[in-house]
Amino acid sequence: MAAEANASRPTDEMVDVLIIGSGASGAAVAWSLAETRMRIHCLEQGDWVKPTDYPTNGRDWEARRFSDADIRPNRRGLPADYPVNDDNSLMKVANYNAVGGATVHYTAHFPRMHPSDFKVKTLDGVADDWPIDYWALEPYFTENDRVMGVAGLAGDPSYPPHAPTMPPVPLGKTGTRYAQATNKLGWHWWPSEVAVNTVEYDGRAACINLGNCTPGCAQGAKASVDVTYWPEAIRAGVELRTNCRVREILTNAEGMASGVIYYDPDGVERFQPAEVVILAANGVGTPRLLLNSASARFPDGLANSSGLVGRNLMLHPWPVVTGYVDDEMDGDRGPQTVMWGKEFYETDRTRGFVRGYTLQYARGTGPVNEAVSSMAAGRLPWGRNHHRTYRTLYHRRLQIGVACEDLPEAHNRVTLDPLLQDSHGIPAPKIDYTISENTKAMMEHGIARATEILEAAGAKDISASRTVLNYPGHLLGTARMGTDPGRSVVNEWGRSHDVKNLFIVDGSIWVTSGGVNPTSTIQALALYIANQMKQRLANLFD
Amino acid sequence: MQTNLPVTLTELELRSFRRLAGIMVPASAEFHVPGADDAAIFDDIVRSLGRDGLAVRQALAALDELCNGSFCDLNAGQAEAAAMTLLARSEPMITALGRAVLQCYYRDDRVFRALGREARPPFPLGHELEQGDWSLLDAQCGRPRMWRDLDGYGG
Repeated sequence: MAAEANASRPTDEMVDVLIIGSGASGAAVAWSLAETRMRIHCLEQGDWVKPTDYPTNGRDWEARRFSDADIRPNRRGLPADYPVNDDNSLMKVANYNAVGGATVHYTAHFPRMHPSDFKVKTLDGVADDWPIDYWALEPYFTENDRVMGVAGLAGDPSYPPHAPTMPPVPLGKTGTRYAQATNKLGWHWWPSEVAVNTVEYDGRAACINLGNCTPGCAQGAKASVDVTYWPEAIRAGVELRTNCRVREILTNAEGMASGVIYYDPDGVERFQPAEVVILAANGVGTPRLLLNSASARFPDGLANSSGLVGRNLMLHPWPVVTGYVDDEMDGDRGPQTVMWGKEFYETDRTRGFVRGYTLQYARGTGPVNEAVSSMAAGRLPWGRNHHRTYRTLYHRRLQIGVACEDLPEAHNRVTLDPLLQDSHGIPAPKIDYTISENTKAMMEHGIARATEILEAAGAKDISASRTVLNYPGHLLGTARMGTDPGRSVVNEWGRSHDVKNLFIVDGSIWVTSGGVNPTSTIQALALYIANQMKQRLANLFD
Repeated sequence: MQTNLPVTLTELELRSFRRLAGIMVPASAEFHVPGADDAAIFDDIVRSLGRDGLAVRQALAALDELCNGSFCDLNAGQAEAAAMTLLARSEPMITALGRAVLQCYYRDDRVFRALGREARPPFPLGHELEQGDWSLLDAQCGRPRMWRDLDGYGG
């Protein structure tokens, strides 16, 4: 239960805005609000990571993806990480706790949500419509693309017109093979939009095809917010404090957020008072913090009068279909994502499910990952035939991901584990998650179509993984937005229905998930909310 | 949930592990590569066990159980048969064992060179990546709008 604000603990000076979390959304909202000249602080439980510490600097660059650079916090177990009980979920939680959050550890695939994604109830009769639409976010997509830097190509018929800021990443041998096969089938493909510099951009170097984009880009060509938004936000006066883990949000007699209790880098428990609190801690961290902020006035957790905090968790099931060709492909030489296919994105009920998926065409993988994943899949034998078989796999891989839209279901949720705690003794989150029948049908459809493409590309030994090693889900939907306080946690501009000076800007507030990687839309939404706040500064709490 | 506690293998475990590693990935004159039991590679494997240490220990114990004694005491044929029986099991400890061996084997300089690859990390030199055939995009240009919105178009 909530601690007292006036208990005997050190108290920091009051700030106007306190942001919790420095990842994709926290950085964007900090950057946007900085122009108000308010006193803005951000508390981040991790630290800055130096580019010289990223895996591609060393010979163990692939092995570190299974250790300190793993995308799963339970595997990493670093001091900045908190444990997550995800035993009751086939899909495992991915995050990264450092300045930049999961943008440090993402592949930088940067698709926007589609217009239909915001209106699934009206168009397809399922789940709920968002209280905003694509067009409300469009200027913020554009602004975000400019700050992050996005490679791609205008003219994709699967999207409303827009223009990426840089030329697309090369097709290479692998993309060429995919394009030939997909054209043969008459299906849609287009070069992926990725937040990777294909030319020098905004003082950051161009990509040199290190090929291991996910666990941090040593070249600085990948747009993680520690090298995009944060330097600008800090120059504009925002204070970012690292190694500070927030325990709970406190409220005052009026039911407003009064600030947070956090542990400073020395482990000292402190109180940070704030006029406005903004949560940007991702779809697991945010509900965890709200549930850990229960009090006499908010016995079920803060901002939870709807009972929806933690519910409707969406993780994006993501089968991967793999095959091998006789010729040498790009392997791990270049950004992993090459192109996307939207042939099956929009609803067609004759397929046996509603909504749809993106086909994500990937380049290959490095020598260790080829061996480890092929061993796990049963393709690569031990013993005498190991080397001969390996040479039919190495740099000959084609691999298509099926990014499935995951519809919200109340029983998929984040709660607090009754026993598990982090290193500060704060209760850890527990995940309960199952894949729905609609999603399972979508997965099988996508696997069959990806298989057709690989067959058309001349691939052999084709196999599908339904939940893939190191392909955990995105974290969405656990504090959703809406106009009805009984059916949502925040309103249509991110403010809590229950606590008028508490905002949420991360993936928690998504109503549905779309069939795309979420970072672009998370950031556009954060910029949109920041702009709404700036327009309402005089009556923000009315 | 998994535990990430470091593990120090005993001398006997190390002997079993090295023998097992040599069976998992044997040396090959045909492909000009050492085995995973090569001294330098095996040292790297043991040094790098990290989060997989406990699982590897469990796998070695399971191997001894299969042998009704010590794996090290078996003759070559028996050892290979026991190893393959163990490795055929679909259990997390076997996945971890494989990862522990492969993540070091496939970063050894000699193995790298045998694959036709320079023995260096990706940064700072990077790699060349050809543009590929962009004329293939011509088939996609001019397709009608595919996206749907409330206006009823697309899809």
